[in-house]
Amino acid sequence: MNKNIILCGVGGQGTILASRLIASAAMKKNLPIKTAETIGMAQRGGSVFSHLRIGEANTPLIAKGQADLIIAFEPGEAVRQLPFLREGGAVVVSKRPVMPVSAMIGKSVYDAEAMLDYLKANVKNLTIVDADKAAKELGLAKTLNVVLLGAALRSGALGLSAEDIESAMRERIPAKLLDLNLRSLSWVN
Amino acid sequence: MHKEFMMGNEAIALGAMAAGVNLVAGYPGTPSTEVLETIAKRNPGNVYVEWSINEKAGMEVAAGAAYAGARTLVTMKQVGLNVASDPLMSLEYIGVKGGMVVLVADDPGPISSQTEQDTRTFGMFSKVPVFDPCSVSDAYEMIQEAFEVSEKYGTPVIFRATTRVDHGYEALEIKDPEEYVKNVPEGFVKDPSRWVIFPKLSVKNHALIEKRNVELADVFSEYSRNVILKEKQPCRKGIATHGANFGYIQDACKERNLRILRVATPFPFPEKLAREFLEGLDEVLCVEELDPVIERALIYVCGKYGLNVKIRGKKTGDIPPSGENTLEIVDAAIARMVGEQKAPKEDAQAAPPALPVRPPVLCAGCPHRASFYAVKVAMKGQKTIYCGDIGCYTLGNAQPLDMCDTCLCMGAGIGIAQGVSHTEPDTKCFAFVGDSTFFASGITETINAFYNQADLTLVILDNSTTAMTGHQPHPGTGRTVMGQAVEKVNMEKVLRAIGLEIVETIDPLDHKLSVETVKRVAAAPGVKAIIFRSPCIALTKPVGRLAVDPDKCIACGKCIRELGCPALILGEDGKKAKIDTSLCTGCTLCEQLCPVSAISGGSKNDTAKEGKANE
Repeated sequence: MNKNIILCGVGGQGTILASRLIASAAMKKNLPIKTAETIGMAQRGGSVFSHLRIGEANTPLIAKGQADLIIAFEPGEAVRQLPFLREGGAVVVSKRPVMPVSAMIGKSVYDAEAMLDYLKANVKNLTIVDADKAAKELGLAKTLNVVLLGAALRSGALGLSAEDIESAMRERIPAKLLDLNLRSLSWVN
Repeated sequence: MHKEFMMGNEAIALGAMAAGVNLVAGYPGTPSTEVLETIAKRNPGNVYVEWSINEKAGMEVAAGAAYAGARTLVTMKQVGLNVASDPLMSLEYIGVKGGMVVLVADDPGPISSQTEQDTRTFGMFSKVPVFDPCSVSDAYEMIQEAFEVSEKYGTPVIFRATTRVDHGYEALEIKDPEEYVKNVPEGFVKDPSRWVIFPKLSVKNHALIEKRNVELADVFSEYSRNVILKEKQPCRKGIATHGANFGYIQDACKERNLRILRVATPFPFPEKLAREFLEGLDEVLCVEELDPVIERALIYVCGKYGLNVKIRGKKTGDIPPSGENTLEIVDAAIARMVGEQKAPKEDAQAAPPALPVRPPVLCAGCPHRASFYAVKVAMKGQKTIYCGDIGCYTLGNAQPLDMCDTCLCMGAGIGIAQGVSHTEPDTKCFAFVGDSTFFASGITETINAFYNQADLTLVILDNSTTAMTGHQPHPGTGRTVMGQAVEKVNMEKVLRAIGLEIVETIDPLDHKLSVETVKRVAAAPGVKAIIFRSPCIALTKPVGRLAVDPDKCIACGKCIRELGCPALILGEDGKKAKIDTSLCTGCTLCEQLCPVSAISGGSKNDTAKEGKANE
């Protein structure tokens, strides 16, 4: 199996944990895995991305037009990474925008609705996740990463099963948060 | 052996442990930090590990231990090597007894650094051999070999990785602790003719170093990680590359027929291997990041042996002279060299709407925001300069705070403020420095300013950690990376011992008192200090969440416009303020600012405690 996956969002949204879970799940199946992460200054509210390559690869980085799946924690970040998606690739995106401070103070503009419209017009295999509804129903705002991972599983583009991810979660997530995370994984809009 | 999925920096750390490293020192800096942290975390129990106050101190500690026969590792980012260059330049002339590896993380881009300097060039300058890993698993093996070379030739060696190797992850086979090399240091043996640097010794040792490096170039030509990947069918074109780019090239050349040279030891350059690579070629493309090190070396080899090979790369405009290479840049450069005609891709998609601009910002509730805002309010209308420094608080430059007029390198803000104060006596000069940066390189600058009669206000932003690089301890924190609780170095006492008469410590989250204090202190002559002390929000649990009462909010926008806190957003009506409870820490700065007292809260609640669940 060869899968190229990009996770993207805004620093602090939990993209790295989601990337680890996919990597652990792939490793348990004895699949070769390489990833590249944004670590450092951009974690303070900047644009962040992870590249994951499952299968034989010489570098963790994915070339433009080669990603099978983009898991986006934010609509604008999905559009930013869209040039990496291959033809027919899938996108899972949270519809809740994170407004940059520069837009809040009127130094830049950000129209999140236009981003979602653009995704709808350009991506056939698109799943939009209602993050606000998920947070309300699950009772916490901070498991968006696992909610998105669940949607990615169901899109079929991840190439892994729910059992694979669940078993990785049991190893990586503290016991008291496990139940919440398992519920988050199976949450549907 | 067992298999683990790990970061490049973790692999480097575990490789050093497998090589029997006895002592590790360093100063945090992206992308190098996780190397030392991993050794501290997975210490088999017999490795001494410290975060030194700066890279120079770390280099000297590692050198001392290596004099005594220990295997040592010192870690830093590329600009850290500038700080440590004084000991390293001389150390090369003295040499070491135990193997000593200088881990330097370079940052093409740059992604989190001031400069795009190339440590391979520094190796040439300092005459220190350089290892350049290309992947996580390569780095794990290579650092073990680097210790061997260092010990065999009695020289420190540089192990320089770049961000994509440091922060790349792979699943790889690693040794179990029982398989680690056990190195028992012999101890320091007195010998003034060996350990004391004098011109006479330097004359002798310089000649030996030059001779050794010629030998090492031959040794490296046989080194298994310097490789030629042969062409599938006869061809007259080749690619020379290094580091993470080697992977890009292999991916790009799957369907192409080219000869490839990977240079794992750029200094001393493996000249014999390079000659073998050049044999029969007409043209070579050098794909490198940062300096054209291999390109220059190949041009030299062609000149020396009269080879008629065209060497292309940065110097010919085929590869960008700066910045990080991408798979696309590399692929396009190869396509140009081999003369492929690629049909331009039809762009079916319409151009996307304007993407959000996201420069990094201070976190919601960050105490630095309160400190900057207090100084800004206090000094309104006066002629000022705000000299910044290296750390999270460099982000104080962003709108709307706009409180960082200069930033140069670690500790420089104090010297810059002093220089301005001597030149423009009517300007109120401020130097902002973080707690870790103050200990790293602010103390000598403060003594310099005080003794030389400068007029400036030193503002220490003390969040009790080294925040930007991921919360490492420093001498002000009272704990070491080995987990010991130790006596703190008290910065107030340090400042008073220097001779400063005004040293005020204050909580920046008390806005009114902070403004009054800044006004009073800045008006006094000479060098005076304010310490804004409030812990980093990533180290404390939020005290609660604030809320805006929409009935009271008059939509003046002051809180959003003045503070730029990511937790302050516009409500559904697009006019009134609203608080993003997933980000708010309850710092109350906006509450103190609101002209109609529409913001309140800050009581403890459970959501606040669990809010960080999956970060």
